Amino acid sequence: MSLLEARGVSHYFGGLCAVDDFNLTLEPGELMGIIGPNGAGKTTIFNLLTGVYRAGKGSIRFGGTELIGKTPHQITAMRISRTFQNIRLFKDLSVLDNVRIAHYSQIAYRPLEAVFHVGRYRREERRIMNRSMELLAMLKIGHLAKETADNLPYGLQRRLEIARALAIGPKLLLLDEPAAGMNPNEIDQLMELISWIRRQFDLTILLIEHQMKLVMGICERLLVLDFGATLAEGSPHEIQNNPKVLEAYLGEEPVG
Amino acid sequence: MITMIQNIWKKTAGRQWLMPVLLVAGLGASFAVPEYALVNKYIQLVMMYVGINIILTVSLNLVNGYMGEFSLAHAGFMSIGAYTAAMLTMRVLPVMDHPWLFPLAVIAGGLSAGFFSLLVSVTSFRIRGDYLAIITLAFLMIVKSVIENIDYLGGPRGLPGIRKLTTLPWTYFWVVFSVWVIRNFVYSKYGRGVLAIREDEIASELMTVNTQRVKILTFAVSAFFAGVAGALFAHVLQFISPRVFDIIKTTDILIMVYLGGIASIGGSILGAVLFTVLLELLRPSNTAAILSFLPDVIFNPVNQHFIQHLGIWRMVIMPLLLVLLMLFRPHGIMGLKEFSWFIPRLDLETGNPAAPKDKLHEPA
Repeated sequence: MSLLEARGVSHYFGGLCAVDDFNLTLEPGELMGIIGPNGAGKTTIFNLLTGVYRAGKGSIRFGGTELIGKTPHQITAMRISRTFQNIRLFKDLSVLDNVRIAHYSQIAYRPLEAVFHVGRYRREERRIMNRSMELLAMLKIGHLAKETADNLPYGLQRRLEIARALAIGPKLLLLDEPAAGMNPNEIDQLMELISWIRRQFDLTILLIEHQMKLVMGICERLLVLDFGATLAEGSPHEIQNNPKVLEAYLGEEPVG
Repeated sequence: MITMIQNIWKKTAGRQWLMPVLLVAGLGASFAVPEYALVNKYIQLVMMYVGINIILTVSLNLVNGYMGEFSLAHAGFMSIGAYTAAMLTMRVLPVMDHPWLFPLAVIAGGLSAGFFSLLVSVTSFRIRGDYLAIITLAFLMIVKSVIENIDYLGGPRGLPGIRKLTTLPWTYFWVVFSVWVIRNFVYSKYGRGVLAIREDEIASELMTVNTQRVKILTFAVSAFFAGVAGALFAHVLQFISPRVFDIIKTTDILIMVYLGGIASIGGSILGAVLFTVLLELLRPSNTAAILSFLPDVIFNPVNQHFIQHLGIWRMVIMPLLLVLLMLFRPHGIMGLKEFSWFIPRLDLETGNPAAPKDKLHEPA
């Protein structure tokens, strides 16, 4: 059974059609990319998938469950997590707290247990603390656990966003322009990191990216959007030679 | 000299046994002070006000500091608690014969305030910042005019003849209890959710935080303790009227929160103590008593030109201090910082994490 299935999803902002009849099927373990010019509706699709916007038409099924109508915290608790195009960390909180907050739905105690420090409180807090530290160490930012997130350099903030998204324990990870603002060297590292977390955490990944180097380098399948409509879908090689894509998005020159 | 004191402070503050010992000592003192009249009645009264203000400040800080909202409804919750508890002790509970029933009235006051907090928390699902401030202001005014129009509650004339049931030990107990509960709340997943909402509400939803639930809980805990403080307050003052709990009362609590520092329990305690004690010291008779050690040559003109007119200047000096504070320490005295005593051990320990590095696969 496919992991994610979107059928005929459309979304309007007032009279403007942001996403039109969007279809997507993701098999478990796939790494798929969405590309398209600015304003093509890529981030809107992430917002529809995570429930930030409620799709006007269509259906989105994740592991057989309908997502439309659910709130973002319900959807993300079903193990879909994401990063943001412009970094949205909890800036004034510590690196550790950023990751601990993302464990919210996995902590089993109830309000009274928390307030009176009884029952599962201590055990759960200890477990989440260890898991968070472990996760930070795996992403090589363990030594920065006490640092305020805002003080981290740009590249490490991106890394922390990925750590925070992984804390949810995702089956599906949505990466919104993970390479934005990175130099070629950093992009190489990011590509290795993405392949590594994919294997390590057994993830299905859907990513939005403008950096062709990254998209062509690691994505197995691509979907091209333009003005909210799906222009083409296929392997990077097919996309590179698709005349419609070349005309509408990449221009006359082939991609290197 | 200062470094020596700092070192001693650091050493003593780090002791695990110190906190329980101090708490027990405080409890003993709260019994001993009224029993043996260690200080006069006036100072005992001020001590109780300090305690009530600590409860109010710490609980308001939960919403205005930790969650970063701007609620003006705190005096409203306080009055709900005060009226509920007063009605119980006057008309329902036989406290005359059984004074130990008083805590029940206090808890009931807290619970009813917590219940009415739903009105505020449900509106705060979609509304933030200035708009929420206006809604909480409306709530405050509604509570006031509803009470003014119910004759059973004494209407605008107020409710006289409440028994004096709040004692120093009870105040002490409720202060310790409320600080402990709110501290535990802050250092739980709910408290971290509150901080996340302050930082970025959408992002916290997307990090699985159930923001509606967190908001309901936070407002309920905050209002519960406002109600508790109101119940204690009513049974010290022995007279309550709707006018006691108006916007001025809310402003006082806000001042204590921002003076002590946002998102800091230690700061709130400090703010409440400083504000309450300073206002008392600025009463002409108290200032005169403190400065009376000065030689007459200095004291007499000072007394004549300044101290005797303090009644007028009292409410100018405090706001002026506040303006200066905002200029030099905009987050308050302890803003966004915390005494290590209030931080649970697990959170303190993360300085030297013992993460199992050896058996992990290395990322790129």
